[in-house]
Amino acid sequence: MKSNTTTKFLAISIITYAILAACMETGVSNGYISGIIVSILINIIMAVSLAFVTGYLGELVLGHAGFMGIGAYVSAIITMNMDLPMFIEFPLAIICGGIFAALVGILIGIPALRLRGDYLGIITLGFGEIIRIVLNNLKITNGAQGLSGVSSYSNFTITFIVVILTIVVLYKIINSRQGRVVVAIRENEIAADCVGISTFYYKTMAFSIAALFAGIGGGLYAHYHTVINPTSFGFTLSIEYLIIVVLGGMGNLFGTILAGIILGVLNEALRGFSEYRTIVYSLVLIAIMISRSKGITLQTIKSKFNIKLPTKKQRQEFASKGV
Amino acid sequence: MLEVEKISVNFGGIKPVDQFDLSLQKGELVGLIGPNGAGKTTVFNLLTGVYTPTEGKITLEGKLISNLKPFQIAKKGITRTFQNIRLFKSMTVIENVKVAFDNRINYSILDRLFNNKKYKDQEQWLHEEAMKILDIFDLGEYAEEQSMNLPYGKQRKLEIARALAGDPKILLLDEPAAGMNPQETLELRETIKLIRKQFDITILLIEHDMNFVMDICERLVVIEYGKIIAKGTPNEIKHNERVINAYLGQGA
Repeated sequence: MKSNTTTKFLAISIITYAILAACMETGVSNGYISGIIVSILINIIMAVSLAFVTGYLGELVLGHAGFMGIGAYVSAIITMNMDLPMFIEFPLAIICGGIFAALVGILIGIPALRLRGDYLGIITLGFGEIIRIVLNNLKITNGAQGLSGVSSYSNFTITFIVVILTIVVLYKIINSRQGRVVVAIRENEIAADCVGISTFYYKTMAFSIAALFAGIGGGLYAHYHTVINPTSFGFTLSIEYLIIVVLGGMGNLFGTILAGIILGVLNEALRGFSEYRTIVYSLVLIAIMISRSKGITLQTIKSKFNIKLPTKKQRQEFASKGV
Repeated sequence: MLEVEKISVNFGGIKPVDQFDLSLQKGELVGLIGPNGAGKTTVFNLLTGVYTPTEGKITLEGKLISNLKPFQIAKKGITRTFQNIRLFKSMTVIENVKVAFDNRINYSILDRLFNNKKYKDQEQWLHEEAMKILDIFDLGEYAEEQSMNLPYGKQRKLEIARALAGDPKILLLDEPAAGMNPQETLELRETIKLIRKQFDITILLIEHDMNFVMDICERLVVIEYGKIIAKGTPNEIKHNERVINAYLGQGA
């Protein structure tokens, strides 16, 4: 039914990949730009997974970077302590990092998801900080110094593939019975409960799926930067991801991806302003929020640039008339 | 089939429902009436598990349900509509109904990721069943509309459709005709008659429109200040001195 969209999306991503890869091969983009592109790609993984809980389930989560940290540490420890060829240990490490983050997600979700709204936000903020402090004090994570010398396995191609997989999987989940129920819970929890939906079960499920992908994103991050320490996964990073989701529009996967790209580019483009960068960045955010509070959608882009495509009804009419 | 025995609920000293008794037989249509603030909606909230009674018990077909959560009670066969409409607003009309079907399909996320046969078959079945229910309520043509864009009367109908999608044994309607114009109320009356025929279902409803209540209900329960003040057929209730004083007024 919706496989059409998936095919279109895959086609677009292959073209995007080809263009970016060609730029890197021919030297149009240097290492600095490639680095930014990979960072943006990892940000997209983090943002779309957060969008699943915050945009679709409608629960405020302020500790997403904590799950990223878990994935980063677990996968880094695995590759550092194993002596297997890269193509075995790297996927294994990334997957283990994701699963471990998902398990912690379930563990945190069980007490936390009994609360709603602001209260859940504060709780996840607390848990995010707990994760950071635990990482700061464990022996295996090498305390505040963090881990250095993590194998440099992530590259543009691998990260790109993972981003595409993440988006496709989340898109399919959103368009499944599980996704439908998740949105119903956001729309009206009591009504969902009264038609026989175990809201607690589905909330925990959504929460752990988001944590899974955050863990995977963390694994890629660790093997790209090769140095990780607990402060990399602090509260401000969680907020950054939340900003991308809010800017992209709640419950809007496409917008979230676009917002991830725009903010990533903006962040770099403003380097010229040096210390005023964050102020300009914040002002731009405020301006965008005021003018486009519903986020970036195809609809808003079309209306902004006055692009008129036939609506579904019109297309059907055309088809029936044989145009 | 539903037995409610002396349930009470206590909110910090206030008892919105006090020693409430009710017994529903299969296929009945019973009305619950009373002045504003009498505790009618609280009774519904107790029956559906939104509140847990502090005293008394509720059994459905001999099984205790008063200790269950709302989603468990819904699975056992009691679904409801709400006084202030609670649709899944941003979802389409058909998706609203599909959510209520969720307990009758069981494909996993993996089935969905691989687009396998189980997923396709179940979604296909779901779509057909959901359309059938929408068609009963004349909502078929609005299937792909966002539910919040429906006119008020149709939103109420959609809520009933959604409640029926869970295949309930007992349907609780909380002021189904509230805010409807006379034409819509008339249609609603026909719809309720139709679903009784088609679904073989027991209905308990709260309503302030007395013509409506007197016309379709077989039995009425009147409450005031959380307590039952009268029970009986519409005709008996109409002439009950206490009900006239408490609720109906002399003109009725």
